[in-house]
Amino acid sequence: MRKLITTLLILPFVAMAAGGEYKLDDAQIDLTDSLSLQRGAKNYVNYCLGCHSTKHIRYIRMAYDFNIEEERVLEEIAPEGANIYDTMHSAMNGHDAEKWFGITPPDLSLIARSRGADWLYTYLRSFYVDKAKTFGVNNAVLKDVGMPNPLWQLQGLQQAVYRNISGKEKLTKLRISEPGKLSPKEFDRFVNDLVNFLVYVGEPHQLERKRIGKYVLFYLLLFTVVAYLLKKEYWKDIHKKESTWSNLR
Amino acid sequence: MKSKHLADCGNWILKRFPLAKLWNEHMAQYYAPKNFNFWYFFGSLALLVLVNQIITGILLTMNYKPDAKLAFDSVEYIMRDVNWGWLIRYMHSTGASAFFIVIYLHMFRGIIYGSFKQPRELIWIFGMLIYLCLMAEAFMGYLLPWGQMSFWGAQVIISLFSAIPIVGDELALWIRGDYVISDATLNRFFAFHVIAIPLILIMLVFLHLVALHEVGSNNPDGVEIKESKDPFGVPVDGIPFHPYYTVKDIVGVGVFLFFFATVIFYMPEMGGYFLEHANFIPADPLATPEHIAPLWYFTPFYAILRAIPDKFAGVIGMGGAIFVLFLLPWLDRGPVKSIRYRGGIYKKALLLFVISFFALGYLGTQPATPTATIFARIFTVIYFGFFLLMPVYTRWEKTKRVPARVTHQPTLEERIQDLKQLFDEVTVKKPVKTADGKLVLKRKPDPERLKKAGIRIVKKLKDSLD
Repeated sequence: MRKLITTLLILPFVAMAAGGEYKLDDAQIDLTDSLSLQRGAKNYVNYCLGCHSTKHIRYIRMAYDFNIEEERVLEEIAPEGANIYDTMHSAMNGHDAEKWFGITPPDLSLIARSRGADWLYTYLRSFYVDKAKTFGVNNAVLKDVGMPNPLWQLQGLQQAVYRNISGKEKLTKLRISEPGKLSPKEFDRFVNDLVNFLVYVGEPHQLERKRIGKYVLFYLLLFTVVAYLLKKEYWKDIHKKESTWSNLR
Repeated sequence: MKSKHLADCGNWILKRFPLAKLWNEHMAQYYAPKNFNFWYFFGSLALLVLVNQIITGILLTMNYKPDAKLAFDSVEYIMRDVNWGWLIRYMHSTGASAFFIVIYLHMFRGIIYGSFKQPRELIWIFGMLIYLCLMAEAFMGYLLPWGQMSFWGAQVIISLFSAIPIVGDELALWIRGDYVISDATLNRFFAFHVIAIPLILIMLVFLHLVALHEVGSNNPDGVEIKESKDPFGVPVDGIPFHPYYTVKDIVGVGVFLFFFATVIFYMPEMGGYFLEHANFIPADPLATPEHIAPLWYFTPFYAILRAIPDKFAGVIGMGGAIFVLFLLPWLDRGPVKSIRYRGGIYKKALLLFVISFFALGYLGTQPATPTATIFARIFTVIYFGFFLLMPVYTRWEKTKRVPARVTHQPTLEERIQDLKQLFDEVTVKKPVKTADGKLVLKRKPDPERLKKAGIRIVKKLKDSLD
């Protein structure tokens, strides 16, 4: 019996198979870093907004959350002609997009919540040259993705390095074959800022949520202590009665 | 003068409505056993979560749009542009998972202390109906955010109806109101989720409580307190529900809310278990996600469904896994109620059941690989074995003598002393040099003593299974 129980306890964990996916790098997410968020927002407008909307965020919200003046958001971040109350809409229309890319590029408001920061951070740095593809690049994280590499001028071009692992050719590494405008370190920081911004956009209230949480938990702790003392006071008579009963018996 | 008016007003009502009588019958003179333990918090907590769901639900409907084109965006609108919308939505989504946690613990309490047994079969039946309603409520509510998992989860579950011979396809079509999940489905699910099922749910909760207060509460000893009464007809081991259990339950509420708030404010997605990552992508009928998994509270049943090779048989298996719980009062032939006095065979069977429930729950979240399916089959057999073999093994079991009156077990407060002792036992004081060269005695865990205490605890646990 005992053996059966221990085996059953272990079974589900043995059943887990190890995945052979491309290894994800860690993104350094810090939403209190307003400068990083501002850089990320600016870079997003310059390199991403051409195709990808982020329709659930307004410029005024950014001014509030980054703690900068509305004018600065309009001057430094938003594209020309944008209003402070506008949401981040891409200028590209869906009809054209379908013609050019085969699909409408998805809205990225929630991409960090569905994919995760590390995935985005690795994905954006993992394009490599692949002549067989329409856009001349493929991606190590999301194979055969129908997206060109918008950051190639900054990063440069990468070549895939394959290694033979148990009889299978596997992409293990990417190597820069033609350097770009930024050094690898600068480029990593560039992408990190971008991902930081996307994480913020995924849930703009998350800092506020965590800030308020402390007070709520502190209050609940106090509440529980008071409730416990009250309970103890009331239950005194029950325990007293118990002892008198046991004396009688 | 003023207070007299107030009293007159009160009397006017009391003459026309049995407020005092109701209060006394169900609170101030409802006698509950005095030995309720930890497991007895979850009934009142379930009520708390129900209220939370209703209030936050009403607030959400004020900005939610049940329209396939607008639904997803309206949820994001609530999360971002509605004042405190994110809090209300997280309270509702976390509340859904919390509801199931609380209900599963509440049901488990019923199983370990035999609260479903004669004369409380009807309470159990009402409770099971509540559980059934809750599942329907959760399933339909999950379609409303109109994300990928909402859409494909509903698609998979409703297509199960088409496995029923002859009428299946027509039935699935009738439920969806379309050939695929669509705006029509979203609208009717909204209607069911916010009006129809909550009404039934509240009605059932009412019946559950009326039935409970008619026969009185069970307790960890499984002793009927009404069998020993004092000369005034009050059960000797009973105490008025109010104030004793109201103040006690408030402590439980405090502790529960602490955990609840921790999830809401610090981990609302709960690593993808309370809010699935793929549900942050709008529903797309043309793109099937690689891996469709229901939310965690359905995964044990989902694993049973996938474990059975034939689709229709799988549906029956899944339905049967829930239906068999209804039969529990009649499957259990054991003469005693509480696990404290039951035989070892029941305890072991119950442990196997708990393991298989957790294992199935885990397997239901994972892709169905061949190995995983084999394990799911084994656990499915154990799950059903626990119930279907119950009439046999509960008859054999050697039970212990049940006391005539409720017993006193050490409470959590009383156990703190034991914990202190255990801590002293497994640690040793060792002189340690601090940075400024002083010798200080510091407590450090001692591996030899830890091992000893560990073995003793495991032995004790093992003995408790006999």
